[in-house]
Amino acid sequence: MKKITLHIFLIIAGLLTLAPFIWMVSASLMNDGHASVYPPRFFPDEVTFIQFERLFSRLSVSRNLLNSVIVSFLVTFISLIFNSMAGYAFAKYRFAGKDKLFSLLLSSMIIPAQVTMLPLFLMLKSFGFINTYLAIIIPGMANIFGIFLIKQYAMSIPDSIIESARMDGASDFQIYWKIILPLCTPILVTLAIFTFMGTWNDFLWPLIALTDSSMYTLPVALANLMGEHTKDPELMMAGSVITIIPIIIVFLALQKYYIKGIMMGSVKE
Amino acid sequence: MATVELKNVSKIYSENVKAVDNINLKIEDKEFLVLVGPSGCGKSTTLRMVAGLESISTGEMFIDEKLVNDIQPKDRDIALVFQNYALYPHMTVFDNIAFGLKLRKIDKNEIQKRVKNVSDILELSDLLNRKPKALSGGQRQRVALGRAIVRNPKVFLFDEPLSNLDAKLRVQMRTEISKLHQKLGVTMIYVTHDQTEAMTMGDRIVVMKDGSIQQVDTPLNLYRKPVNTFVAGFIGTPSMNFIEGKFLINNGLEFNSLDESFVFLLPEKYIKKLENWSSRNIKLGIRPESFSYEPNHDDSVKIKIKISVFEPMGNESFLYFNLGGKEIVSRVPGIIEQKVGNEIDLYINADNLYFFDELTGNTIYV
Repeated sequence: MKKITLHIFLIIAGLLTLAPFIWMVSASLMNDGHASVYPPRFFPDEVTFIQFERLFSRLSVSRNLLNSVIVSFLVTFISLIFNSMAGYAFAKYRFAGKDKLFSLLLSSMIIPAQVTMLPLFLMLKSFGFINTYLAIIIPGMANIFGIFLIKQYAMSIPDSIIESARMDGASDFQIYWKIILPLCTPILVTLAIFTFMGTWNDFLWPLIALTDSSMYTLPVALANLMGEHTKDPELMMAGSVITIIPIIIVFLALQKYYIKGIMMGSVKE
Repeated sequence: MATVELKNVSKIYSENVKAVDNINLKIEDKEFLVLVGPSGCGKSTTLRMVAGLESISTGEMFIDEKLVNDIQPKDRDIALVFQNYALYPHMTVFDNIAFGLKLRKIDKNEIQKRVKNVSDILELSDLLNRKPKALSGGQRQRVALGRAIVRNPKVFLFDEPLSNLDAKLRVQMRTEISKLHQKLGVTMIYVTHDQTEAMTMGDRIVVMKDGSIQQVDTPLNLYRKPVNTFVAGFIGTPSMNFIEGKFLINNGLEFNSLDESFVFLLPEKYIKKLENWSSRNIKLGIRPESFSYEPNHDDSVKIKIKISVFEPMGNESFLYFNLGGKEIVSRVPGIIEQKVGNEIDLYINADNLYFFDELTGNTIYV
């Protein structure tokens, strides 16, 4: 009985959470004006892809989509490399001032990103990187949270495995590349999802750093869409669908490893 | 084939911490040398210095008569087998064994051949496609051995390789490693805290304590002629019994325990060497196997004891009792059933006694 009540509660909660997403998808498939009639409709009378057509043909969203893809993939890839190198070094190398340096880095996490935006903008402007991909990629190339995650994970790798590789004749880079990275797969995937979602969804920084509409990422373009087409909820919903789909794909593809990443450390094999 | 030589080697972590203190040691070509001692005695650090995983603070290390102080581990041509196997968990057994060869850019067919050869020797042929987590402890350790053998190194190093295995497997692997040593005919240095492993495997044994070498000798010589109380107590199971006391000269040379409850006349042969020590504090050492139910020697000393613990082992028994204010363990042959509290006569083989200076712990040779 208790179980049934619980399940009913969970189903209702699930439907409530899903409802806006379902409405977003169905509204994106409606004709102009159909989403804002009274009484409101939950499903389209007839399914039409006209909103998507408009997005791509008239508003050149494909360019923004491409921007988002390029920036997100590059930031994810580059930051994984740097974070994993730094995390591994902090976990396993002995060097002077290691602990102090790491605490300093960690303590910088309490500074809100908004505080650093203006100086960062001025700095990138003096480099001439504003309104280029580099303005998004360079600040995202490494981050403390990622280094911390990888450091914690790499610390669980026994020293003897690394020493064993050293005896086998592996160089420092070969140890990193052939031993550490494969063993860190779960945490790398987890971090990849975090980074990809964070970069893809980021709004404020791209809005500041990218000035030309052809350079906009999807969330920025979508916000613009809202300004210009307030009366077209169907079009805006189509834009939202386009924005959200890649993330869902990435998440579903890596979900298996992601869960493994969360579970790590709780059970010793 | 190679010798390994350590000259005045020390490992100093900070001003006060000397993990290894001024070690001099020469390991001969094809020798099986065992470093043994309690944990924290510096034996593993010494081994890791030979491997190149720890830097040498002072002193010189030679492998094959070449100074290697500043040579990287990978260029020393040695292999190390770790206590926890240290296999690469994401690689198959084949890749684990072949990893070192691949890094050295050895020809693919040659790698195939050598891995096959090694896996035949170690009976791993059926497991080559498995990952380490699908192997038992013994199989994992054999893979670790294979990884070392396949490279044909000049020197093999073992860092407590059997401590993670259960008792039965340990005995089995012990003989396998000994056989391997005979078969390959290479220099091996083996670290263990288990004196049974040391005694059964080593050509020579180095007993270490607090970072310095206590004694280097063959297993039997260590047993017969320990240089001090530490070595005497470390080699042999159960450990040697020690009783503090003094010599008295009455009508002959007598040993008198500190609490004066245990007095006996020493055989004549000791008098000359020991009379100088009369009235100084000494320790008497008696091996557990020097006790017996029957006098088996002219110089046997008869003692009356009350059994406090009786442990039958089948072919022999351990009797615990109090003598000269000390808990003594004896190892007597035969299967005579005893009861705790029984008062019986035992005989000490006085021909085989050890004496130590109580102040320094050094052996007084007789």
